[in-house]
Amino acid sequence: MSLLEIKNLHAGIDGKEILRGLDLTVNAGEVHAIMGPNGSGKSTLAYVLAGKDGYEPTAGEVLFGGKNIFDMTPDERAAAGLFLAFQYPLEIPGVATMTFLRTALNAQRKKRGEAEFSTPEFLKKVREVAKKLSIDQEMLRRAVNVGFSGGEKKRNEILQMALLEPRLAVLDETDSGLDIDALKIVADGVNRLRGPGRSFIVITHYQRLLNYIVPDVVHVLSKGRIVKTGGKELALELEARGYAEYQEEAAA
Amino acid sequence: MSAMADVKLMKTAAETALAQEYAQAQGRLPGGAVVAEKRAAAFDLFAKQGLPHRRIEDWKYTDLRALMREAKPLASPPDAAAKARAKTAGKLLGDVECRRIVFVDGAFVPELSDTAALEAGLAVGSLAAALADGDPTLAEKLGKLAPASDVAVALNTALMGDGAVIRIGAGSTIDRPLHLIFFASAKPAASFVRSLVIVEKAARVMLIESHEGPAGSDYQVNAALELFVGDGAHVDHVKIIGEGSDALHVSTLAAAIGAKARFNSFTFTIGGAVVRNQLFLNFDGEDTVAGIRGATLIKGRQHADTTLVVNHIARGCQSREVFKSVLDDEAHGVFQGRIIVKPGAQQTDAKMMTRTLLLSERAEADNKPELEIFADDVQCGHGATAGALDQELKFYLMARGIPAAEAEALLIQAFLGEAIEGIEHAGLREALMDSVAAWLRARG
Repeated sequence: MSLLEIKNLHAGIDGKEILRGLDLTVNAGEVHAIMGPNGSGKSTLAYVLAGKDGYEPTAGEVLFGGKNIFDMTPDERAAAGLFLAFQYPLEIPGVATMTFLRTALNAQRKKRGEAEFSTPEFLKKVREVAKKLSIDQEMLRRAVNVGFSGGEKKRNEILQMALLEPRLAVLDETDSGLDIDALKIVADGVNRLRGPGRSFIVITHYQRLLNYIVPDVVHVLSKGRIVKTGGKELALELEARGYAEYQEEAAA
Repeated sequence: MSAMADVKLMKTAAETALAQEYAQAQGRLPGGAVVAEKRAAAFDLFAKQGLPHRRIEDWKYTDLRALMREAKPLASPPDAAAKARAKTAGKLLGDVECRRIVFVDGAFVPELSDTAALEAGLAVGSLAAALADGDPTLAEKLGKLAPASDVAVALNTALMGDGAVIRIGAGSTIDRPLHLIFFASAKPAASFVRSLVIVEKAARVMLIESHEGPAGSDYQVNAALELFVGDGAHVDHVKIIGEGSDALHVSTLAAAIGAKARFNSFTFTIGGAVVRNQLFLNFDGEDTVAGIRGATLIKGRQHADTTLVVNHIARGCQSREVFKSVLDDEAHGVFQGRIIVKPGAQQTDAKMMTRTLLLSERAEADNKPELEIFADDVQCGHGATAGALDQELKFYLMARGIPAAEAEALLIQAFLGEAIEGIEHAGLREALMDSVAAWLRARG
């Protein structure tokens, strides 16, 4: 059975249709890249999957682990193993990073009927993960993302992903605003989590990230539909030739 | 023959009852001739003006004449059962180790109070006893700081029965916080408590007032505290308004702060049907640093008004005013903050910030910040915001697996935390955050 099945998905915001019949199947352990020009619906897809208010599906279905995702609230989707790494991670003044991480982790575990982590267990786990991502303890002592640089915020997203161990991680333009060193750290973090039990949807405008996170499948999204699917070489092709031909194709 | 004259003549039931209470109690209220004169002058002001109403600018959003349908009789001295109930009072403070000074229905209860083995430099007594003794300092100081033109203060002066009289001698550090507990038993009665605290030069103390009582009883409280802070003193004042669900609470802090002092005041408003919390603060000495903060959490049909007047009289003082409110259901929150910088108060640095979080579309927030600046070399500012919970932040938390109610609770705690973190005492900070968490759990 596929981990994620998107069938003929139509969705939009404020009555404006952005996804227009999107089909996508992701099997366990696969890394899919979704590339496309600005406005093609990449971030909309990410928000529809995560369940953001206002991003309402109008037709089609999305099954995650065989279950209809639209019957689940955002926190239920997260507990079921869906993770969205935000393009613009939010700052939450007054909420300590550690409180945030522990609350999230234990809320998910509780919902899955697993034992909650004790404070020492949790601290040990966070320290291990943070070390691998070159996140220093000082960052963890601050409020969530407050005073973090763009690169630090993205690393913090990957830290959350590594802690929460999702079955499917959707990375929404995680490469945007990253210099090459930060990009490598983020990509290393993702690659370490790759395995037969975990899938990824890597949403990106540029091919650059895919040098470091090598995808199994590459899709081109244009005007709210997948217009081409290929192997990793498709990304290089897009880099060389741009999106122009797909935009015309979808418009036609 | 104007309409105004007609309105003035028409006394409400509460106004008439208050006049009767004063007439009956006059002879037995404590104090000698000097105090009796102060009472008479104060009552006179009330008799002329009546209860404050919405056309009085300072009471615009808290129309006491409309909100106070009736005036309760003065509370009789507490009986054994009332005193027994007061034993559990002050629980909100959790494990914070304090010296408890307990008042039940407005009367000092020595057997519930911890007045043994006082630290050197600390004197604690009851106002009723001190007035009965004819203490001349007390008679002189009473009413010095509380604004005589305020009708709520005037009623307190006219009818004050008891309260705390505390003196901290020059240079004394009192490690154990003093906890004044004003507890109302189940009686639907009124208490008028007046306290006087004198903190002398370079002394240090933390003073906590708790006001509480049972749910379902429509008792009334009018409490006033006059606080003298000497040069170089360090005073932390905390007021917890945790009255019962149907109570009417009016309280006033009037403080005069000396030079090079440190002064912090925090008001935590969580209880009561109608609450009016007034702070009148005068910075009389140079180079003092002050933090004036508050957090209000109300729901149902609660009404809570914080009215603050900060008067920068001397040069070089710094004050930070931070007030946060969380309003749910049909609650009504009011904040009026006025910062006055007198001509001599050059190099004043005053910043006031009020933020309100509206958890319901039916909640109402009124905010009136004012700056009156008469000096030309100052840094002053104010800001005010009111809005709903940030849905983007809530989604971010939910996308990490945190259920909606828990996500909201985290954000609300963070919102209030900004004000509560200003409290220096760690145990007290925790106790207040625990109380916030309990409020949020009850909200469901």
